[in-house]
Amino acid sequence: MVDLDTLENDQPLLVAESLSKSYGRIAACRDVSFALYPGEVLAIVGESGSGKSTLLQMLSGQLTPSAGQVSYRMRDGVTRDLTTLGEAERRFLFRTDWGYVHQDPAQGLRMAVSAGANVGERLMAVGWNHYGRIRDTSSDWLTRVEIDIARIDDAPRTYSGGMRQRLQIARNLVTEPRLVFMDEPTGGLDVSVQARLLDLVRSLVAELHLAVIIVTHDLAVARLLSHRVMVMKGGRVIETGLTDQVLDDPREPYTQLLVSSILPP
Amino acid sequence: MNAPAYNFAYLDEQTKRMIRRAILKAIAIPGYQVPFASREMPMPYGWGTGGVQVTAAILGPQDVLKVIDQGSDDTTNAISIRKFFAKTAGVATTTATDEATVIQTRHRIPETALHENQVLVYQVPIPEPLRFLEPRETETRRMHALAEYGLMHVKLYEDIARFGHIATAYAYPVKVNARYVMDPSPTPKFDNPKMDNCPALQLFGAGREKRIYAIPPYTQVVSLDFEDHPFEPYRFNAPCALCGAENSYLDEIVTDDKGGRMFVCSDTDYCEGRQAAGHHGSLSAAPYKERAQGGSHG
Repeated sequence: MVDLDTLENDQPLLVAESLSKSYGRIAACRDVSFALYPGEVLAIVGESGSGKSTLLQMLSGQLTPSAGQVSYRMRDGVTRDLTTLGEAERRFLFRTDWGYVHQDPAQGLRMAVSAGANVGERLMAVGWNHYGRIRDTSSDWLTRVEIDIARIDDAPRTYSGGMRQRLQIARNLVTEPRLVFMDEPTGGLDVSVQARLLDLVRSLVAELHLAVIIVTHDLAVARLLSHRVMVMKGGRVIETGLTDQVLDDPREPYTQLLVSSILPP
Repeated sequence: MNAPAYNFAYLDEQTKRMIRRAILKAIAIPGYQVPFASREMPMPYGWGTGGVQVTAAILGPQDVLKVIDQGSDDTTNAISIRKFFAKTAGVATTTATDEATVIQTRHRIPETALHENQVLVYQVPIPEPLRFLEPRETETRRMHALAEYGLMHVKLYEDIARFGHIATAYAYPVKVNARYVMDPSPTPKFDNPKMDNCPALQLFGAGREKRIYAIPPYTQVVSLDFEDHPFEPYRFNAPCALCGAENSYLDEIVTDDKGGRMFVCSDTDYCEGRQAAGHHGSLSAAPYKERAQGGSHG
């Protein structure tokens, strides 16, 4: 008998083929290709202006590439080019099978709406119509991201930075996506809160078998979370490989510089 | 008398044609907000400029016009608009719901059931039901286009989370013809069931926001809700103090500074009609009141 699960995991979830984006004469991103498999965590590292965020936006269908294409294996098993998806399909994908964690939680949350409704919004968007069940699921997710249930009816603007980020993660994971994009999820948090958040993300990723593309300039985040690392500089991928291999034995001079820039603990 | 300096029903014919085209499109796509080139009217925004333009565009010389404001025929807004059309169009006006062919309304649907030969014109301040949830107009239009209405339930969720029940009492969102979510203008949710499968044509005009939308006759209008928190119309639990009606929408009127209050029908025509037919409430005027008091003292 064929093991369906293995078969599933043998095929890439997302494939980028020679992605490029230029703004006039400025090339923000040049010729990026890779494949991401289910359950795999890929970190994109590099300094500001290296094209990380442009790449992330192209991968998540928010920005149309100047050249190249992104294809994604949908839940029905069919791999499709993102540019051929209609707007309705793309938006549906975005709120069901994908998650997007912004660096600034205010962008990813509705700040004036209670935490419970923030988590429940995606459920209501896919047609859930039972208040009790929506609320139970919301409470369940708040517990999983270690937010006190007593705060379920408070708006996220009353939350601390770390709680907002955890709420944003809960809001994204409630529809059980297979792929989550994270843009500097730990930016602006102090170190102890960062550590707790990373711990949480790592356990959720393992538990839910999530594929994650995480953009970060913090190599410690990449080391903790990711299986693979892509180093970007000037819009190009200059080095790619397994995380420990790249970070412990960097080949490119720029990667060596990045690694040696970390202050010793 | 001098010849009138303006066209029949105030607006020029080109403007009326433009508004009629918007109305036809609105009827063709029930619940969809059609943009139109709203004109300046001789009244401030918020006083029914949208409703007046729609009325002006559909009014004919044979029409009988009724105007209500919060159910009442005799408040400033209602009287002014009625006089406006009496003067500019010379049409007959009435306060009787039955006799009217065009009824312009602010925030109520008459209690008397409407019939096929009537048009109900609503004055709408804010046509966009998603406005306070999603501030971007580009985004709300896209959400309507793609029928993404999850956000509307977020509002209802918030109500239940905060108050234990759906506390939205007016401008209660409805889904028209199983497609577009629509703001029924600030009518009390008590009136929402009257919109469903209504024999009369319902037109909505928002002058400041430059939108017209419509519910054609006999169209399904469903109030949004949750399975475990179904839609419920709200009404003060009292009979009308003047006509004793048990099933009409009531206004609460504070009568003194010691907590005294009375509840009366918001629809004045309905209330007067019932009183004329011999119905009485606890605070009805003489001779009924004297009789009632005589009885209780005796």
